[in-house]
Amino acid sequence: MATVTGTMGGVLPRPSIHTTGFWSWVTTVDHKRIGVLYGVTAFTFFLIGGIEALAVRAQLARPEQGMLQPALYNQLFTMHALTMIFLSVMPLGVAFFNIVVPLQIGARDVAFPRLNALSYWLFLFGGILLNAGWLFGGSPDVGWFAYSNLTGTDYSMGAGMNYYVTGLQVLGVASVAGALNFIVTIVNMRAPGMSMMRLPVFTWMTLIVSILLVTAMPVISIALIELTFDRLFGTNFFNPALGGDPILWQHLFWVFGHPEVYILILPAMGIVSEVLPTFARKPLFGYAFVIYSGIVIGFMGWGVWAHHMFITGLGPVANAVFALSTMLIAIPTAVKIFNWIGTLWGGQIEMKTPVYFSIGFVAVFIVGGLSGVSHAATPSDFQQSDTYYIVAHLHYVLFGGAIFGLFSGIYYWFPKVTGRMMGETLGKWHFWLMFIGMNLTFGPMHWLGLNGMPRRIYTYPSGMGWDFWNLVATISSYLIAISMLIFLHNVFRSLRKGPRAGNDPWNARTLEWSIPSPPPVYNFAEIPVVLARDAYWEQKYGSGHENGQAHAATSEHVSEGQYGAAADERHDIHMPWPSYWPLITAFGLFVVFAGLLVNVVFAALGVLILFYGVYGWALEPVAE
Amino acid sequence: MRHTNTGHTQGAHATPKQYVQVAVILSIITALEVAVYYIPSMKAALVPILLVLSTVKFAMVVMFFMHLKSDHKLFSIFFTGPLVLTIVVILALMTLFGALFTS
Amino acid sequence: MHASTTAHPAEHDTSTGLDNRKLLMWAFLGSDCLFFGSLISTYMIYRGRSLTPPFPGEVFDIPYTSVSAFVLLMSSLTMVLALAALQRDDQRGAKTWIMATALLGSVFVGGQVYEFTTFVHEGLTLSVNLFGTSFFVLTGFHGTHVTIGVIILLSLFIMAWRGKLTSHNSLNLEIAGLYWHFVDIVWIVIFTLVYLLPYPEHIAG
Repeated sequence: MATVTGTMGGVLPRPSIHTTGFWSWVTTVDHKRIGVLYGVTAFTFFLIGGIEALAVRAQLARPEQGMLQPALYNQLFTMHALTMIFLSVMPLGVAFFNIVVPLQIGARDVAFPRLNALSYWLFLFGGILLNAGWLFGGSPDVGWFAYSNLTGTDYSMGAGMNYYVTGLQVLGVASVAGALNFIVTIVNMRAPGMSMMRLPVFTWMTLIVSILLVTAMPVISIALIELTFDRLFGTNFFNPALGGDPILWQHLFWVFGHPEVYILILPAMGIVSEVLPTFARKPLFGYAFVIYSGIVIGFMGWGVWAHHMFITGLGPVANAVFALSTMLIAIPTAVKIFNWIGTLWGGQIEMKTPVYFSIGFVAVFIVGGLSGVSHAATPSDFQQSDTYYIVAHLHYVLFGGAIFGLFSGIYYWFPKVTGRMMGETLGKWHFWLMFIGMNLTFGPMHWLGLNGMPRRIYTYPSGMGWDFWNLVATISSYLIAISMLIFLHNVFRSLRKGPRAGNDPWNARTLEWSIPSPPPVYNFAEIPVVLARDAYWEQKYGSGHENGQAHAATSEHVSEGQYGAAADERHDIHMPWPSYWPLITAFGLFVVFAGLLVNVVFAALGVLILFYGVYGWALEPVAE
Repeated sequence: MRHTNTGHTQGAHATPKQYVQVAVILSIITALEVAVYYIPSMKAALVPILLVLSTVKFAMVVMFFMHLKSDHKLFSIFFTGPLVLTIVVILALMTLFGALFTS
Repeated sequence: MHASTTAHPAEHDTSTGLDNRKLLMWAFLGSDCLFFGSLISTYMIYRGRSLTPPFPGEVFDIPYTSVSAFVLLMSSLTMVLALAALQRDDQRGAKTWIMATALLGSVFVGGQVYEFTTFVHEGLTLSVNLFGTSFFVLTGFHGTHVTIGVIILLSLFIMAWRGKLTSHNSLNLEIAGLYWHFVDIVWIVIFTLVYLLPYPEHIAG
């Protein structure tokens, strides 16, 4: 198998290796390029989801406004949530998995490069399918958790829910395929000496998130399949008339949905755990605690789902059990907070933009975490359910938490990916506008919610005491929008004019900084041998020089001598060839699900394309 | 530079004869399951007996036909972790719906 | 140490010494546990809650399904015999046992198609009641898994027939076997939980 040469022999010839141009991106299997594709696509969806949110806020700026049609309003808030969760935060995390993890573990690529490309294409097609309703027959409009039996054909007659069930299904396949790949990569592709307890924290969090994805995604897949069958084939899973139980949807949804919450936040926690030690010039305080608390969070995340469902009347025993487990899960989360603060404590903190976002993350996440604990208690949750208090909480953890963490990662790894530094001044403008805008948008929602304002309402009468804070929230949301424009300006400006980054602009600790920026296709000319945790720091300074000043001069020497000199041996580094098949296979699956909504004939055609893709994939010669 | 150990050479695999023996035991258990189903006097103990018998079958296929008994420990972890999680989720959901002791 | 003489990253020396693809299959099977686990949860929650006939006791043919279960169980034996044959380079034996496994799998799927057809004739359809809904979707998805397994086995048979499946790449067959056995153990669970455990209606009538 290893000896096949030449490009012919498969159904299609393998595409030749081009390093530039459209087709080089379409057929790429390089994890760094796939990461960039993920990042750019997810950020585009992030902007779309943001525009949807701005429209929602505009409608709510004043009482009794009729700026948007109610039907459109419902679609906008539903699609805002779906877009932000499934098309922005999750894939932005995956973008970092792709770009960072193979570099951090000293690998040349992921374990299955073509499977990795398949994940990306499925994500793109899933995103398109989920958004297809804007052009064809209306988008989902029942809230992102789509409670049954509002979602049945009796109450959701339009096409919107069809895009929901099929789009999310395709996205789920993409997530599971990607997560399986990263589990095998992290377990099996580590450089010599990179034991599990020497793995960088971001890689550890990737592993935990991948395990959560692989186990939680099938649950929502089944829930979606059941709803698809109910809608398209007349089954009775959620039909009370024949004994079906709409509450089952809620359980299946949240059995997936709560691990999903940790799928969204753990990558950001991993990023912060990389950024803070780098800029505090100290190793992460309590590495093992951060890892184990991550594992405990991932594990306990499975035992708290029904706290989303207290008002369905689970009974006192179930309420008590889920309230307790929810309060307990705050402990490992708080452990991490203490670790981050401990890392900063006594450090020589260099206040670069990534640190602003990481500290912003810690600060805002504490607020979101505390409001979360406040609805762990069942009686107070009865009061808060379905109010703006919940909206405030979830945005503090997902926007203030996940998004701040992800931006910290963007500023931190941008030089590695592009070879250029991002503007610091613009970065700090971005941070402060976003930080202030975010707190003034979502902070007042706590009071609105406790004052009784229900979430998802189209408008509200004046004189409820909600007018002022709604206006504040709306104005502030546009502050966030301005901060995003500054960020985009910074990105485009830095791509052209940013100062050259060099291998290691931050004097960082992990292996991705030991190689050039942007990294060569093969990443490491020679696979590094890892001697300690914070592998690159150890290479630069040896142990015992924690503050990084003692042998600063050695840095250059090591990076040249250890990793640069072997580059002329690159002729015998064989990288996987680009391939058409991931795209064809993904397209086949897309046609299966999209076809299901049009005509079974199209779905059958999709199955044929899928088979063609899988067989072409399997028969593709290993062309090295 | 072939890897010396691809995982499937771990431990001594059973011989075809032993595979047939396992299959014979599996067949006997299946016959027992169906027999128990038809014996009226077994009705009271039917549920625990059936659950135990099918668990034994499940475990035998996994251990001997899928070689988990002799294979690398990591494969067992990859499989039993989610398996245990699955069982817990099923039991928890059945409890929440009051379906655990009625069927 | 250059990992350059091998062709594919999946064939590099790995950190654990275990093959990437085999690890991937086990991780996938772990994931598939949750997939079937959610379907089984749904079935068990709705078990005995169907409001209108036909009820399980009226349509199930236990002797018939027992034979089906036995056929699938035996296909696990032929599967493992195929692998054993291939690993000792017995090409002929491997081809025979792979084909036998694919045939037994096809018999199982054929039996399921016949069973479904009979049920529909007796009035149990996908949409007629809660039992039909949860039964057909659970067993149907299992049948789909078996069908995919048969297609994989036939592909491997063609590979073996052309002399491209040998003891050197027996891992292909081993990984397909893991999938096959998994499908078998899912049926072991379904056979007990869906068919054999008593239903309230079944006892009543």
